[in-house]
Amino acid sequence: MAESRIKSMKFGLISPDQIKDMGKVRIVTSELYDADGYPVEGGVMDPRLGVIDPGLKCRTCNGGIDECPGHFGYLELAKPILNVLYIKSTFELLKVTCRKCNKIMIEAVKNSKSFEQPNKCPHCKALQKKIKFSKPYTFYEDKEEITSVDIRERFENIPNVDLKKIGFGGGRPEWMILTLFPIPPVTTRPSITLEGGERSEDDLTHKLVDIVRINQSLKENMEIGAPEFIISDLCELVQYHTSTYFDNELSGTPLARHRSGRPLKGLVQRLKGKEGRIRGNLLGKRVNFCARTVISPDAKISINEVGIPKIVAKELTIPEYVTKTNMLYIKNLFKNNLVNYVVRPDGRRIKITKTNKKEILETIALDWVIERQLKDNDIILFNRQPSLHKASIMAHRVKIMPYKTFRLTMQVCPPYNADFDGDEMNIHVLQTDEARTEATMLMEVKNNIMSPKFGGPAIGLDMDQISGIYLLTKEDVVLSKEAAAQLLADADIDVELPEKDTFTGKEIFSLLLPEGFSMPGFKAKRCKNCITCTEEECEYDSWVRIKDGKIKTGTIDAASVGAMKGKILKAFQTYTDSDTLKDFIDQTGKLAVSYLTKRGMSIGISDLDLPTKAENGITNEIDLAIQESNNLIKKFNNKQIKILPGMTPKESLEAQIMNALANGVSRASDIVSDNIIENDLIHMAISGAKGSIINSTQMTAVVGQETILGKRISRGYHRRTLPHIMAGDLSPISHGFVSSSFKKGLTPFELFWNIMNGREGLMDKSLRTRKSGYMQRRLVNALQDLKVKDDGTIKNSYGEIIQFKAGEDGIDPSKSDWGVFDWKNKLEIR
Amino acid sequence: MNLEILKHQLVPKHEILSSKEKREVLKKFNIEKEKLPRISVSDSVVKVIGAKPGDLIRITRKSPTSGKAIYYRFVVEG
Repeated sequence: MAESRIKSMKFGLISPDQIKDMGKVRIVTSELYDADGYPVEGGVMDPRLGVIDPGLKCRTCNGGIDECPGHFGYLELAKPILNVLYIKSTFELLKVTCRKCNKIMIEAVKNSKSFEQPNKCPHCKALQKKIKFSKPYTFYEDKEEITSVDIRERFENIPNVDLKKIGFGGGRPEWMILTLFPIPPVTTRPSITLEGGERSEDDLTHKLVDIVRINQSLKENMEIGAPEFIISDLCELVQYHTSTYFDNELSGTPLARHRSGRPLKGLVQRLKGKEGRIRGNLLGKRVNFCARTVISPDAKISINEVGIPKIVAKELTIPEYVTKTNMLYIKNLFKNNLVNYVVRPDGRRIKITKTNKKEILETIALDWVIERQLKDNDIILFNRQPSLHKASIMAHRVKIMPYKTFRLTMQVCPPYNADFDGDEMNIHVLQTDEARTEATMLMEVKNNIMSPKFGGPAIGLDMDQISGIYLLTKEDVVLSKEAAAQLLADADIDVELPEKDTFTGKEIFSLLLPEGFSMPGFKAKRCKNCITCTEEECEYDSWVRIKDGKIKTGTIDAASVGAMKGKILKAFQTYTDSDTLKDFIDQTGKLAVSYLTKRGMSIGISDLDLPTKAENGITNEIDLAIQESNNLIKKFNNKQIKILPGMTPKESLEAQIMNALANGVSRASDIVSDNIIENDLIHMAISGAKGSIINSTQMTAVVGQETILGKRISRGYHRRTLPHIMAGDLSPISHGFVSSSFKKGLTPFELFWNIMNGREGLMDKSLRTRKSGYMQRRLVNALQDLKVKDDGTIKNSYGEIIQFKAGEDGIDPSKSDWGVFDWKNKLEIR
Repeated sequence: MNLEILKHQLVPKHEILSSKEKREVLKKFNIEKEKLPRISVSDSVVKVIGAKPGDLIRITRKSPTSGKAIYYRFVVEG
C-alpha cells in the first residue's frame, strides 16, 4: 500500500452517498457461513470486507492480514432509521422547524435558550402541534407518532440558509436519519475460532445479523403488502436493533443480550469508560518485561538496590548484541544457562532449550541478539501505585535473592509510601541502552535522595534506626575496642579503627563521615529550646557540631539523619557526591540497627511509674480542671458566662470548658516530663523515632478530652450522650473527658469515649485520603503545563505569564533548604 | 454602599504605569502585551483608579515567601 499522509480532518455527519461510496459490498443476507463453513457472499462476514485469518488474501484489495485495513459494506434499509446518537439534535431540530413549510422558525430560536416551540409558523402561518419526545427514540405530535419517513422528509426540506442561521454544521440534517447502514469491516469485529473448530462471533456481528435479518423481513413484508401493524412492528424492531448496536446502555430500552445472558457491547461501550478504547487502550497499555510481587524488608541491602527473587530474574530478559569483543562473555552466559532467547539477524526468535543450546552456541555470530536473564547490578525500574510523584518510580540495581518477594530497605519506603503489610510492587526491565542510561542518570535512587519539594532528604533513617543512632551517639556511650570492631563488622562497615582502647559512640559514628567534613552547628531533635542557647556548651548535648569529619558535640537523631529532616544528609548534597551520601545512609542505617540489636530496646509497666508526689500533683491538676469546668457550667446555668466574640453562650461555654481541660492536661503533661525517668519510651519520643511526649502522658497520667469533629462528644440520646446520664448534664465526664491514664485503666464510659474517637479517626483517615488524593490529582492536572522559564517567570504552554517570579521569591525549592535559601549554611559547608 | 476599597487591608496597591514604564516592562519580560495576565475594566479597583483598556497596572502585593511581590496586569474590555 502506498504511503500517504493525513493533511486535514473533518468531523461531521456521513451522507448516504459517502456510505455507498466507501461500501465495497452490498449486504443482502443475514447468513454468515454456508454448509461448508465458507463465508456467504453478501453476508455480514463477506470475504470482501477484509481478512482476519492468517494466510488468506483480501478479495477487495488483495492484501494479507497485515496489509488489508478492512473494507466497509452497506445495507439498504427498507425504511429510514433514526440514529439514537443524534436523537437529541433530531428533537431540537424538529421543534424549531415548521411542520408545513419546513423552514426554521428563527424567532423561536433567537429569543430563548430553551427552544420553546412556537404556536404559529412565522413564515407560512401554519399552526404548530406540540412535539413530544419519548425515550429512547419515538416522537409524537399531539399523541400521533411521527414516522422516520416524515422526519426525514421534513429535514430534507430545511433550506441551507436556515441551517446556517441556527449554526447547524457538519452536513445535512436528514443524514441524521439513516437510509443506508454502514457495515463495518470484519477487522473491527474479528471472530475467534474455539478449540473444537467452532467459530464464535463478535458482539457487533451478532447485532449486525439481527439488523440485516429483520430489515430483510421488513422489506419482504412491504413488497407483499402486509398489514400496517406488521410493517410498523418490524420497523420498530429494526430501530431497536440499530439503536442497541450503537449504544446498549440506552435508558428506556431493554438491554440486548447474548445467548448466554451477557449484555452485548455496543459501539459506545467499546469506547466509553475505564476499560474503553480511550482510557484502556490509548492512554494506558499493558507491557511486557515486568513483574509484580509482595515486598518485604531487608535491612542489609542498599537503598540503591532491590532484591529480585530468582524465579523472577530467570523469566525477565535483557537483549544484548553479539559483538567481536563480547563473544567470550556471551559464551559464558550460555554456559551458565543465562540466555533465554536468541534473535537471528532475520528477526526470528529462538527459545533456548537443553536440546538446541549446543547447536545455537555453534551457529551464533555477529549481529545476533541474545536475550539474557537478569543478573546482579542490572538497572530496573521499581514502582508502587498510586504513582503520585516522581519518586513513585525509581531505578534500582538488581540483587538476585532466594524466595519469592521483592526486598527493599526501610529507608526507601517513604518516597514509595510503602510498608510491608502485604503491599505489592512492580518492576520493569529496561530494554535499550538509551533507556538504561536515562534511568541511571535521572531515576536511580541515589540521585533522588533530595526531594524537589523542599530541598531536604526524602530518604533517610526512620524509627528504630533513629533510636539506634541516638542511643549510640548519646553522651555516655563507651565501647571497648572489641565491641566497636564487632559492631562495625555486624553492620558490614569496612573502616580502619584507630589505635585506641575505648571508643565513644560519637567516635564510631564519626568513622562514617567523609574525611574533613564540616558543617555549621544545629539543634538536635532532643533540644529543649532553652531561652538562651549556649550552643557548644549545651548541657543536654543537643548542639550538633561536626568539624573535620568528627562530631564535636551533640547527639545524632532525627534532625541529623532522619528522613525529611536530616541536616547532615542535606549538607552532604553540597559537600560530596550522591554515591557517598548513598553509602552514608546505608551504613548509618546498618550501624544503628546493629547497635540497637546489641543493646536491646524495650519498655515495661514500671517505666510508666512516677514518684507519689508527681502522681498526686497530676490528680490535683485534673481535679482542678474538672472543678474549673463545673464552675463554668454553673455560671452558664446562671447566665453569667463570659460570651466570646462571634459565639453563642453555649458555644462560649464549650470553648471555655475545652480550654480549661486542655490546660489541665498540659499541666499534667509538664509534671510527667519533669518526673519520668529516662527510658526507651522517652528515648523514642525525644530522638524523633516514633511517638511524642503526649503518648507517654496518656499512658502515665491522663488520656484527656476525646473529641468528635473537634468538639466534645455530644451525640447519642436526647440531651445526653448515653442512657445512664442525666439529660442536660454538661459535666466533663459525661462528654468524653477521660481522666484515667492507660496504665490505670479506663472506666466503661471512658473506654466508650476513647473508642468513639478512635473510630472517627479511622473514618476520617480513609475518607480524607481519598478526597485529598483526588483534589491533588485535579490540581496537578490543571498545573501540569506550567513551567518555570529561564528568565524566572512561570508561563503556560501558550507562553502567557502566570507569575512574574516563580513562587514570588524566585527560589527553586529543590535547591533550597526546606523552602528558604540559607546562604550562610552554603558558605560554611565546603 | 460607598466603600473606599483602596483603603481595605485586603486590596493591594494598584498603579497605572506610564507608557515609558509599560514599554520597559514589556521589554524586560520580552513578551507581547496579550500574553500578560489580564484584568477587566469592570474590576472594582480598575474603576476606582480610572484605568482604561490598554493600560498596564502594577500591583504590589504582600507575599508569604518574599515579603513583597510585584505583579502586572493588562487592562482589557469586558
